[in-house]
Amino acid sequence: MKTIEQKGMYQKFPRSGKDTRVTHYCAGCGHGIVNKLVAECCAEMGLQDSTIFVDPVGCGVFTYYYWDAAHISAAHGRASAAATGVCRARPDAVTVAYQGDGDLGAIGFNNAFQAASRGEKFGCIFINNSLYGMTGGQMAPTTLEGEKTTTTPFGRDPALTGHPLHVCEVFNQLQAPVYIARVSVADTKRILQCKQAIKRLFEIQRDHKGYALLEILAPCPTNFRMDPLKAAEFCKNEMEAEFPLGTFRDAEKGVTPDAIGAQHQASVALEVKPVPQVASCAELFGVSDGVDAPSAVDDPSVPERRFKFAGYGGQGILSLGICVAEAARLESRHTLWFPSYGPEQRGGSASCSVVVSGTPIGSPTVEHPDVLVCMNQPSYERFVGDVKKGGIVIVDATVPITKQPPEGVKLYQVPAIKMAEDFGVPKAANTMMLAALRAFKCTGLGDDSLETALCASFKKKPQLVEKNRDLLKRAEAALIEKEH
Amino acid sequence: MTKFVKSNEAVVMGALYAGCDLYFGYPITPASEIAHGAAKWFPMLGRTFVQAECETASVNMMFGAAGAGKLCMTATSGPGFSLMQEGISYLAGAELPAVIVDINRAGPGLGNVYPEQSDYTPAVKGGGHGNYQTFTLAPASAQEMCDFTIKAFQMAAKWRTPAIVFADGLQGQMMETVELPDAELPRPDFSEWAAQGEPATRRNLVKSIFLDAAAQEVFNEHLQRKYEDMAADAMAETYLAADAELIIVAFGIASRVARTTAETLRRKGLKVGVFRPITLNPFPRERLAAAAKGRKVMTIELDAGQFADDVRLNLAKAGLGAEAANVMMIHRMGGQVVTVDDAVKAAKMILGK
Repeated sequence: MKTIEQKGMYQKFPRSGKDTRVTHYCAGCGHGIVNKLVAECCAEMGLQDSTIFVDPVGCGVFTYYYWDAAHISAAHGRASAAATGVCRARPDAVTVAYQGDGDLGAIGFNNAFQAASRGEKFGCIFINNSLYGMTGGQMAPTTLEGEKTTTTPFGRDPALTGHPLHVCEVFNQLQAPVYIARVSVADTKRILQCKQAIKRLFEIQRDHKGYALLEILAPCPTNFRMDPLKAAEFCKNEMEAEFPLGTFRDAEKGVTPDAIGAQHQASVALEVKPVPQVASCAELFGVSDGVDAPSAVDDPSVPERRFKFAGYGGQGILSLGICVAEAARLESRHTLWFPSYGPEQRGGSASCSVVVSGTPIGSPTVEHPDVLVCMNQPSYERFVGDVKKGGIVIVDATVPITKQPPEGVKLYQVPAIKMAEDFGVPKAANTMMLAALRAFKCTGLGDDSLETALCASFKKKPQLVEKNRDLLKRAEAALIEKEH
Repeated sequence: MTKFVKSNEAVVMGALYAGCDLYFGYPITPASEIAHGAAKWFPMLGRTFVQAECETASVNMMFGAAGAGKLCMTATSGPGFSLMQEGISYLAGAELPAVIVDINRAGPGLGNVYPEQSDYTPAVKGGGHGNYQTFTLAPASAQEMCDFTIKAFQMAAKWRTPAIVFADGLQGQMMETVELPDAELPRPDFSEWAAQGEPATRRNLVKSIFLDAAAQEVFNEHLQRKYEDMAADAMAETYLAADAELIIVAFGIASRVARTTAETLRRKGLKVGVFRPITLNPFPRERLAAAAKGRKVMTIELDAGQFADDVRLNLAKAGLGAEAANVMMIHRMGGQVVTVDDAVKAAKMILGK
């Protein structure tokens, strides 16, 4: 038998286990015509090497047996999400997703819509045959009012199932797409128009202009329960009455939708704004983050110390904890820090935990702190009972001591908030607390390390470094004097 | 060069050193810092960050990017991880390398944002449909969040499989010192199977469909053989285990509680050690059996016992039925972490002290 070469298609379709030239589409199915047109356009434009098709789940699932180009077979509804991944991964390729009305119109609508809204650089060919073909002729979002399907056996009742979904019209409200059109394959004239539209979609992708949506009205004789000619008539008359053909948008050719045009410029491919570039990870991360700390060194003679810092959000509780951890790093200690997080982070109170040790740290949680620093009453009352025997509590002097610390725990009441106000820097109450930690020798860390860590914590506000260094020293002197 | 960073940020650093080119993700507490880091650092290195419209989209974007032959990743937490399961099944079915980071929060449902290990089953046993597995690593520190993210990319590429970095909310938020890698890894070449939009890959097809039952079975058998071979890359570590009467088995953050518990009990003269699986799948079964044989076994975990059941299963499969039958567990749920005090009490009870 003589084989007829079909441009853009494989010589043989091994889908059924036999080397036939027969597709799986039913006689009169619109998919078969569209498959031929897509293959022709891809081949005629010389794009087979550079095209990546993203195939759907639905009647279009087997296009990979037919189109001679690379294919990725996506999950049901997810071709537009997968195509997003493809076109982002391979910006030089031509990415084309092929989807049906269940795939795009129902389960995957948001993925398709959001991809269009982002202006992803792929073309989406959307076959609208007004129902689900592959699964047995069920209702689709595009099913016409009154149309009988296997899940609307009495005809689609808009009162129960809504009205047909106009995908092009909905997508046409978006700013990013550069091309949106609806065509049909119901007769020869329409098939020729359809081919021009498919070609346009490929051109836009070849030139990487942006997102393109092409909706194609297609007959489904099997599920319409009609012969191919009647199905084509249905497609031409009933479906077109609901879904008018036309180019909704072709930015380059000056076709701009009124609704969009009134509000903003016609969509065109936008230039990506440049962001600061680095050549390598080493360049990105290899710069000092303010504390040039050596790696931790094991020293079993250094006992573990656990700290809890608590107060209101905004009092600098979290950065106070980081400061102590950074100081520990400067002394080659093992250390970790973690915050209270989640809703409580936003609800007023903040706390964080720090562990410093001469050996690798096991459990990170701080159930029994050696040192508790509290800047408000709720956190004092919440944590004071947990402090370890022999431990230290430093609490702001504004906090009433409604609860005594456990026996053997030393309590310091420090006027951190007032001192900071008196120094004219109310935000530095945490620096006052650091001064107290240093003055009362609570951390087991050197004075220099704490000071260096404090200064490093202001790396983004260098003008505050000297101010805080000065405050730290003055506060410490005042606290030591008071203590004696 | 060392950095003091949140573990979540260490994940992004690891990914970039591993040669990950694309990040797709949807924000969720307590994993969001991973997206924040990726949004900033990927573009600075000329790589791609996409904020997806949902986790279903994230994982399917990965399907596309991985299918196109690039290393890609996402990060999420419980609810988002559930949404991704179908996509992870597709990744496994199409044998695509991709990395998913799950910063486990408490569930079920909305739950809260505090740490649990309750995603154990979907993270370790293949949470979606079909006979598939993932390569699952359980870090326990910021350093390992960086290192195991790199390892996850290597394993994903080596075995052509989705790999999961399985951590928890506490770890994600924790800052520790991280020593950055010396060099970036070279990009693997996937042109043999990927759809790259190039002449050499024109006939490549990425798919998980086998219409024919016999062919589908052959493919399933191939997958199962691959998972058996993956066992060669199982990882574990032991601590104070050589002479231990009681072995505490724990992974991730719980393994650190186990470590302190063992140290505390050793100071009291009790012989307690730790076995920590680093890869949860493949599970280091033989090494567990070697550590646990003839010993008492207790797990520490932040779930309802899914991990303890897996320990029992692995002991039993290794022929240690008696040890398996006597595995004890101490656990917390709901975002609570097992305290060292409670673990010490439980261990003493098991040891009859």
